[in-house]
Amino acid sequence: MKLILDHVTHIYDPHTPHARTALRDVSLQIGEGSFIGLIGHTGSGKSTLIQHLNGLLKPTEGSVYADGKDIADAEYNRRALRGRVGLVFQYPEHQLFEADVFKDVCFGPKNLGLTQKETELRAYEALQQVGLEPEVYDQSPFDLSGGQKRRVAIAGVLAMRPEVLILDEPTAGLDPGGSREILSLIASLQKERGMTVILVSHSMEDVAAYADRIIVMNGGGVTMDGTPAEVFAQADALKEIGLSVPAATEVCRRLYAAGIPVRPDVTTAEEACEEICGCFLR
Amino acid sequence: MRGITIGQYYQADSPLHLLDPRVKLLCTLAYIIILFFADNPYAYGLATIFAFAMVMISTVPVRMILRGMRAVLFLALITVLFNLFLTPGDVLVEFWIFTITRQGAQTAAMMALRLFLLVLASSVMTLTTTPNKLTDALERGMRPLKIFRVPVHEIAMMMSIALRFIPILSEETEKIMNAQMARGAAFDEGNVLKRAKSLIPLLVPLFVSSFRRAGDLALAMEARCYHGGKGRTRLHPLRYATRDVIAYLVFAAFLAGMIVVIRLF
Repeated sequence: MKLILDHVTHIYDPHTPHARTALRDVSLQIGEGSFIGLIGHTGSGKSTLIQHLNGLLKPTEGSVYADGKDIADAEYNRRALRGRVGLVFQYPEHQLFEADVFKDVCFGPKNLGLTQKETELRAYEALQQVGLEPEVYDQSPFDLSGGQKRRVAIAGVLAMRPEVLILDEPTAGLDPGGSREILSLIASLQKERGMTVILVSHSMEDVAAYADRIIVMNGGGVTMDGTPAEVFAQADALKEIGLSVPAATEVCRRLYAAGIPVRPDVTTAEEACEEICGCFLR
Repeated sequence: MRGITIGQYYQADSPLHLLDPRVKLLCTLAYIIILFFADNPYAYGLATIFAFAMVMISTVPVRMILRGMRAVLFLALITVLFNLFLTPGDVLVEFWIFTITRQGAQTAAMMALRLFLLVLASSVMTLTTTPNKLTDALERGMRPLKIFRVPVHEIAMMMSIALRFIPILSEETEKIMNAQMARGAAFDEGNVLKRAKSLIPLLVPLFVSSFRRAGDLALAMEARCYHGGKGRTRLHPLRYATRDVIAYLVFAAFLAGMIVVIRLF
């Protein structure tokens, strides 16, 4: 599935004293099978942007196209679109409501109008994919740990079998172990199912380790868009807008600046390790 | 959801905004009471002029005030209809089973005006006073009730917390709606029963989060040694200033005028 944002501007509460421009003239193409990291600090327009991709918000100006069709059209089926562009919000507490985990995960596919059998099949499949133990399936979602709730929330969206999966800060509030598990889960899902994944985050490390494309937002606009190496090469520009580069990149940049022959554009700890060790061996 | 207007405070720097909330509360109350004694057009004229003068002074856009009026339109309509057709007296118009009397027309007009002014007065008060200040004024005003062991401070605290939570919960509602809509939920489809059912995925998370927030708030209050109103001092104690005395005098003049007009005619 291909998503295109064409000069999208979004203003909250237009024509009132509270009017606030959250997106300014954003144009993007989101292709198939990529792992995109969307970064930017609070208030940069990330959340507004992702809500345009599944039609929860309509652009004030500009258009969003899904497979060539304008999703703001009156006759466009936005509900079906939301099954194809799955959006997992930051707080699982905002969506868990059923008496047990399994029923909660069934909510999405049921809304797509699938049969009971197909719904349950998909819910079961999704719960397995997110790595939850079968004992959890009939527990109340409110009794689970933070990490488990997050998995149930992701399963609730996965059960709709989306082609594009958008995750808003999926690791916020989780301990390092838990957040690593969630991220590697997402990465493996992306590979196995050939989904497009958009990961909203402000952790540079997370994004650098998994994404093959990084989109940087600032003040409602897209300021950078490229591979991790391309984006993190502009470390100074990133710092200017209040973002940092991954620690590994920073270390190598400083070593490079000090005259040590390492590549300054590494993005992950593994790469940095190789570079630095290689430097000693050379 | 953004358009919620309970505690519909309008930020401005008018003389009305600056007044002590007690002045506004007391005067609004007195205004409403005197309205119920008004029984002739002159008294209503005076009350209307006073109300509109207050609207002018408040600098609140008339559009915003009128928006609050919409709520009573239906009530006013019913009142007018009943009074218009069911008051006995000198017949003005008669057709089929309906008769309109002179007294009926007059009562209907006055009733409608009374309702209108009632809402107008309270709107001006809530538009120029923050909910918190209003609660402060209420707490101060209800203080004598303490003799009867009424937990005045606690009631006031509950009111301020409730008011504070309205925008929080409305924002939360919007987030939950988005999260459920992202899973294909629809809140505006089907018949009444289906719609009511579609609210469950919205209400359950909202209740859960309200309870969690309430628990968190209680903990935070205890952590800061909150133990009720006993011996508690205020950050912004209510103190009357010269302008409040002037306001009381102006209002007293209006009240005297009203009494004279009501007695004379």
